[in-house]
Amino acid sequence: MSVTATIVERPPPQARGWPRSRLIGYALVGVWFAFGLGIVAYLVFAWNAEFFAKYAPAYLKGLGVTLSLVAISMVLGAVLSIPVAYGRMSKNHFLSGLAYCYVYFFRGTPLLVQTFLVYYGLGSFRPELQTVGLWWFFREAFYCGVFAFALNTAAYQAEILRGAIESVPRGQWEGAASLGLHKLQTLRKIILPQALIVALRPYGNELILMIKASAIVAIITVYDLMGQAKLAFANSFDIQAYIWVAVVYLVIVEILRHAVEWIERRITIHLHR
Amino acid sequence: MPSQSIWTLLSWGPDGWLDDIAYGAVVTVTLALATLPIGLAIGFFIALGKQSEEPSLRLAANVYTTIFRGLPELVTLFLFFFGMPILLQHLIRYFRPEATIDVNGFVAGMIVLALIFSSYASEVFLSAFRAIPKGQYEGSYALGLSNWQTMRKVILPQLLRIAFPGLENCWLSLLKDTSLVSIVGLAETLRNAGVAARVTKHSFLFYSVAALVFLVLAVLSSFATSAILRSLGKREAQR
Repeated sequence: MSVTATIVERPPPQARGWPRSRLIGYALVGVWFAFGLGIVAYLVFAWNAEFFAKYAPAYLKGLGVTLSLVAISMVLGAVLSIPVAYGRMSKNHFLSGLAYCYVYFFRGTPLLVQTFLVYYGLGSFRPELQTVGLWWFFREAFYCGVFAFALNTAAYQAEILRGAIESVPRGQWEGAASLGLHKLQTLRKIILPQALIVALRPYGNELILMIKASAIVAIITVYDLMGQAKLAFANSFDIQAYIWVAVVYLVIVEILRHAVEWIERRITIHLHR
Repeated sequence: MPSQSIWTLLSWGPDGWLDDIAYGAVVTVTLALATLPIGLAIGFFIALGKQSEEPSLRLAANVYTTIFRGLPELVTLFLFFFGMPILLQHLIRYFRPEATIDVNGFVAGMIVLALIFSSYASEVFLSAFRAIPKGQYEGSYALGLSNWQTMRKVILPQLLRIAFPGLENCWLSLLKDTSLVSIVGLAETLRNAGVAARVTKHSFLFYSVAALVFLVLAVLSSFATSAILRSLGKREAQR
């Protein structure tokens, strides 16, 4: 016991000198460094106090629009994903077929097409929508974006939810049933706490994908972060409009990615000892 | 203009729009197929870099995926489409001051899609690399195979088989991402459907057709991939 405990697997010693991989690696890091330096230098040289004063508030407003769009559609999608996931897991062939078609359609077609279908497609039924009294909703590009995004993310979230619930072993259901818990109680107190640990990372990825995808609402005239950048570029023909917006998106995505990793480490503390 | 029936609108020829949309679908598929080999090659080398023992190589590869997975596809596309001409113009001014540069939508789309595809594919390749036991490398070393031979004859055949389902997902999102290139003016499915929608005022019809085209492409690729998977499985069984 004590003998084996002292044998530690050491990492291999670092190669000395300049093997080929190191040369390539240093060269590539150098390229990235030069690239980053080039961008920073460009932003410094192209620094334009007027540009900044004019568009920084607009970008902030756009950021607010992006975040609220993503937040609203994520929440609506989560609500909508529950019946879809239920349908996917149902033994009823009609229900499961319907849910399958829903998921297949929204995962199989580009989000851009879905957004156009809602904004321009449903928008062409103006008289009908006016008689039903829904025109105020489909007139606004922002609402159309929320509508399309919520439907889209509901399909993805339904699959995440289904995968997570199915990852919990059957014995958990049976054990809960033998304790006399009914279905809803079992789901709430036994299954979901275990399933959500599995689902956290996919949900985080979905949130990041939604933030990235939300840039396309700029095409249907919503002034989100990307929309403001498009406007700024159209007015100034200054490429820094897009560089700044890229930096903002990159920072948001990195913060979210690290936050999800941190939460995952926190909530799985009881699993690794 | 007398309102045309839906079937006239969807017919083939000068009155209908089906030929335009079919042409767009061909462009979509061409773009995706042209991007695929480039993206796969870059993704493979990025994965090699990520699992290398050399820290600088890992760092360079990680920076690449962080950037291209973190940026929205649309932002990457716009940066390249509008930024590249400016950059090239600056470079070329040293040689020929009078030259002007125009970036082709197809080429810009191909570069951007390859960057995005490769950063996702590299993750798939990386996890496939990790699934191959170390003994495979040691065994081929013991047989006297060179590094290159080990990679080509021992690792790659297993790697492709493990990575295949993940790469299939990457391919499907590549197919969907091609629709973004319509925004910078490439006449692919969505663009042509949009033109038809604007001219005929039947937006819902034509955007539905565009959605249908993408659905059909997804179904066709799932047929193709299951055929490839079956032949891969057969070859594995023969050994």
